[in-house]
Amino acid sequence: MSNMFFIDGQEIAFTPGQTIMDAALAAGIYIPHLCHKPGLTPQGSCKLCTVDVDGRSASACTLPATAGMKVDNNTPALQEVRKTLLQMLFVEGNHLCPTCLKSGDCTLQALGYHLGMLDGHFPPFYPLREVDASHPDVLLDRDRCIVCALCVRASREVDGKNVFAIGRRGANARLIVNSPSGKLGDSDLAADDLAAHICPVGAIMPKNHGFEVPIGRRTFDLHSVAESDVATPVTLKKTEHHDE
Amino acid sequence: MSKIRIATTSLAGCFGCHMSFLDMDERLVGLLEHVEFNRSPLTDIKHCGPCDIGLVEGGLCNAENVHVLREFRQQCKILIAVGACAINGGVPAMRNHYEVQECLEEAFLHGVGVDNPMIPSDPELPLLLSKVHPLHEVVRVDYYLPGCPPPGDAFFTILSDLLAGKEPSLPKAMLHYD
Amino acid sequence: MNIASSLPSGGDIHLLHRLRALQDRHQHIPPQTIAPLASELGLPVSQVEAVIDFYSFFHRSPRGHFDILFSNCTSCGDLVLMQQLCDLLGVVPGVTRADGLVSVDQTSCVGMCDQGAAALINGRTLTCLSAQQLPALAALIHAGTPLDEWPAEWFAVQDNIRQAALLLNDTLSSGDGLRAAVQAGAEQLLAELRQSSLRGRGGAGFNTSLKWQLCRAAPADTRYVVCNADEGEPGTFKDRVLLTRYAQQVFEGMALCAYAIGAQHGFLYLRGEYRYLLPQLEATLAEMRTANLLGENILQQPGFNFDISIVLGAGAYICGEESALLESLEQKRGVPRVRPPFPVTHGYLGQPTVVDNVETLLAATHIALHGGQWFRDHGTQDSSGTKILSVSGDCMAPGIYEFPFGISLQTLLAACGGQDAQAVQVGGPSGTLVSRAEFGRKLAFEDLATGGSIMIYGAQRDLLAVVRNFTHFFAHESCGFCTPCRVGTPLLRQYLDKIASGHGTAYDREEMARLGKLVKRRSHCGLGQTAANPLLDLLEKFPQVYAERLLHQDYEPFFDLDAALATTRTLTHRDDAEAHLS
Repeated sequence: MSNMFFIDGQEIAFTPGQTIMDAALAAGIYIPHLCHKPGLTPQGSCKLCTVDVDGRSASACTLPATAGMKVDNNTPALQEVRKTLLQMLFVEGNHLCPTCLKSGDCTLQALGYHLGMLDGHFPPFYPLREVDASHPDVLLDRDRCIVCALCVRASREVDGKNVFAIGRRGANARLIVNSPSGKLGDSDLAADDLAAHICPVGAIMPKNHGFEVPIGRRTFDLHSVAESDVATPVTLKKTEHHDE
Repeated sequence: MSKIRIATTSLAGCFGCHMSFLDMDERLVGLLEHVEFNRSPLTDIKHCGPCDIGLVEGGLCNAENVHVLREFRQQCKILIAVGACAINGGVPAMRNHYEVQECLEEAFLHGVGVDNPMIPSDPELPLLLSKVHPLHEVVRVDYYLPGCPPPGDAFFTILSDLLAGKEPSLPKAMLHYD
Repeated sequence: MNIASSLPSGGDIHLLHRLRALQDRHQHIPPQTIAPLASELGLPVSQVEAVIDFYSFFHRSPRGHFDILFSNCTSCGDLVLMQQLCDLLGVVPGVTRADGLVSVDQTSCVGMCDQGAAALINGRTLTCLSAQQLPALAALIHAGTPLDEWPAEWFAVQDNIRQAALLLNDTLSSGDGLRAAVQAGAEQLLAELRQSSLRGRGGAGFNTSLKWQLCRAAPADTRYVVCNADEGEPGTFKDRVLLTRYAQQVFEGMALCAYAIGAQHGFLYLRGEYRYLLPQLEATLAEMRTANLLGENILQQPGFNFDISIVLGAGAYICGEESALLESLEQKRGVPRVRPPFPVTHGYLGQPTVVDNVETLLAATHIALHGGQWFRDHGTQDSSGTKILSVSGDCMAPGIYEFPFGISLQTLLAACGGQDAQAVQVGGPSGTLVSRAEFGRKLAFEDLATGGSIMIYGAQRDLLAVVRNFTHFFAHESCGFCTPCRVGTPLLRQYLDKIASGHGTAYDREEMARLGKLVKRRSHCGLGQTAANPLLDLLEKFPQVYAERLLHQDYEPFFDLDAALATTRTLTHRDDAEAHLS
């Protein structure tokens, strides 16, 4: 039983060096995540994959599994933590789903459905962020960016380029473009780069492809982000939760 | 048993949620056996009396929205924020990308085809807030009904649950932000 | 091999240093200089852009020729003075005067808590500022008098050592520790260090010998020693004094470590606020090279090659976190890394690296000479030796106090004349707020752990204002990497501001506490994990401080509704009743 650990009591196999997230996904167990994409260097910044490992908080996407560790994942308390984190992401940006081309295909939104998020709860930040429409094939709308840096990593690790970076600090952290003008149009981003398609929200969108699939028929209109949670109804009451 | 009193209003919204409310169709008839409508575009009653449930569509874009919302909060035991605009500003909140001064100048001074450019000023016209806000920034909200609009089924579910004295819950298939 | 020329990223080729030079010369980083600099240093443009915007001391638009930053720390800050100076100069805080002569703004603690009010002017430190002095200061600015012609005493920094013990009393001669270590050998040095039970002095308290041992054992060709002198925790200034009086022994500690782990390069990462120390620290390094305490074949030991370069930070508290510090050394934004792996195996440039606090390295030098038992004989079971404390706030004698670990807070307060305190913040904003009832608690890793910051608050202090100051500090210093801290710290600031301004309700207080606990438990690094401590401690220990500010109503808006109509009132020239919201 050396290379085994437990997620919510279920025994899971792992290979040495494998993270909790990768082992869970391989075993068909869903752990919510936004900034993670198997194959790219894990980052551990969105914290949606927050789990409790032997009672201590950890990011499933970055923490290597070790033999015998006990991981809490799908517990009401952790789902509540994740919902709160999601609400924080919503109020931090300008996420107006009815106006967004990505609606229905957006992982942020799908996680909202998955976690039963009904409102942003906190006072919105109303940040003023720049839209960059300079590229012929790709639109960059920072209002919807959640600084997950998937595009940063995809560009560096898969496309062999270095189109994106995260700039500034704290709540002002922003996606920036690696070109002399800072404009996407002056970068070497190509329409078929992974970085142009990996965005989990509507921040980086291909141009000229809007509404090819109508609202109501899109990925998360038809499927849950985890497929496993469809049966659980959402309680409309705002729940009081204390993360002790 | 007296009927449950419901009030509805649309603030900075498009009345789409009200249209969706009417999508309950024939179920409205059954509902009317248990409820009566107070202030609502359906009744044309101008001010909200004491009510059990208030359904508010739309966010807050001007001073009048704030007055109406406060009246609803004061008069309604249960206040429900209905639809994307009430919950996070929705489509009207797209103007938050600009300063309110820029918006007014574009609309009334510099816009294409503007005749007799001037920013309207009349005590009858409610002043715009600097930003469009969701309801929960100004009053306590009891329940949220997401969607743009929420489907008629969602209205029926939440009202049925409340009428039955249950904590309302929504099947996940009815949970949408668009 | 010429060590000096192979030193990576030090001196004039470090991005932070190049940006500082540009900032000094142009009062900002001119846009047209960015691409050439990136190309010269072989860095992506985006990396240079990101670094400029991450560090507080670099600016996109010109600051004044006299750029003044007042500390906003509760000990060395005085924003009333800042406003008075602004009034004298006709400037608004944060806005450069139209003629470009002067700008005034605030900055996080500048480490002069024992001699405030303090400010930085063009990077130089002004201490003991007073209202009486401001007209003269404003006159010098108006006259355009160069800083070198200003009264020298305005820039004088006192050491204020009030209580010396084991380390501060011990007068070592140059090279004593290093000679002893070389004589005994690396194994013996590590054995003595183990015997001493020395734990890291930055606050976390990791066992120093174990850290060195792990680094030494990590397979690699290259290893590094880094001295963390990014003393950014508000209320802490002991490293400033150690680097003023005992720099040679600190550098010797780095060389000892290099000897033990097999490193050839070392860095002193000095916080930008201590820039004034740079010339004397460089001079000390030069003397040590002359004395063969640094350089090649140190003390005639064949193959013991080690040198140190100094990298100056640029206003980012987070860089005190060791992995963020390493990122900063690597010319990047100071974002804490994912751990594991830890710096002892994957540190600077991915190589095994020891990152130690200034005080830890100083202690190591003494231990190398006197042996582990000498150190172990002091302090407590779990906290050996002495702790050098930075004492500030409402007491008679602020300054540096060295005491054996295990003394009670009460003893310290008696020594510094702070007995009347209503509360003490131990360990800085990231530490613990201690009420009078707990003054019997002990300063030690096993009770009140501290990197050395002791901030004393007398009866007249508004503790909510103190906690609000700390909460603003964390929101300002959050790096923005993880969601709980990036979004949570500004939200906590908003709740606290609402309550402090008399607009908070019991619901807001509960929401703040709920969020605070989440930020504390779920954040990526120590900053987020401690950012809510002040407001949660206050809630637990001084609940009435909140209670007396609360509105006794169900709910209160998050923004000023009437103010939200101000713009449209102006645009429509209206002021009738309907043009207002109460």
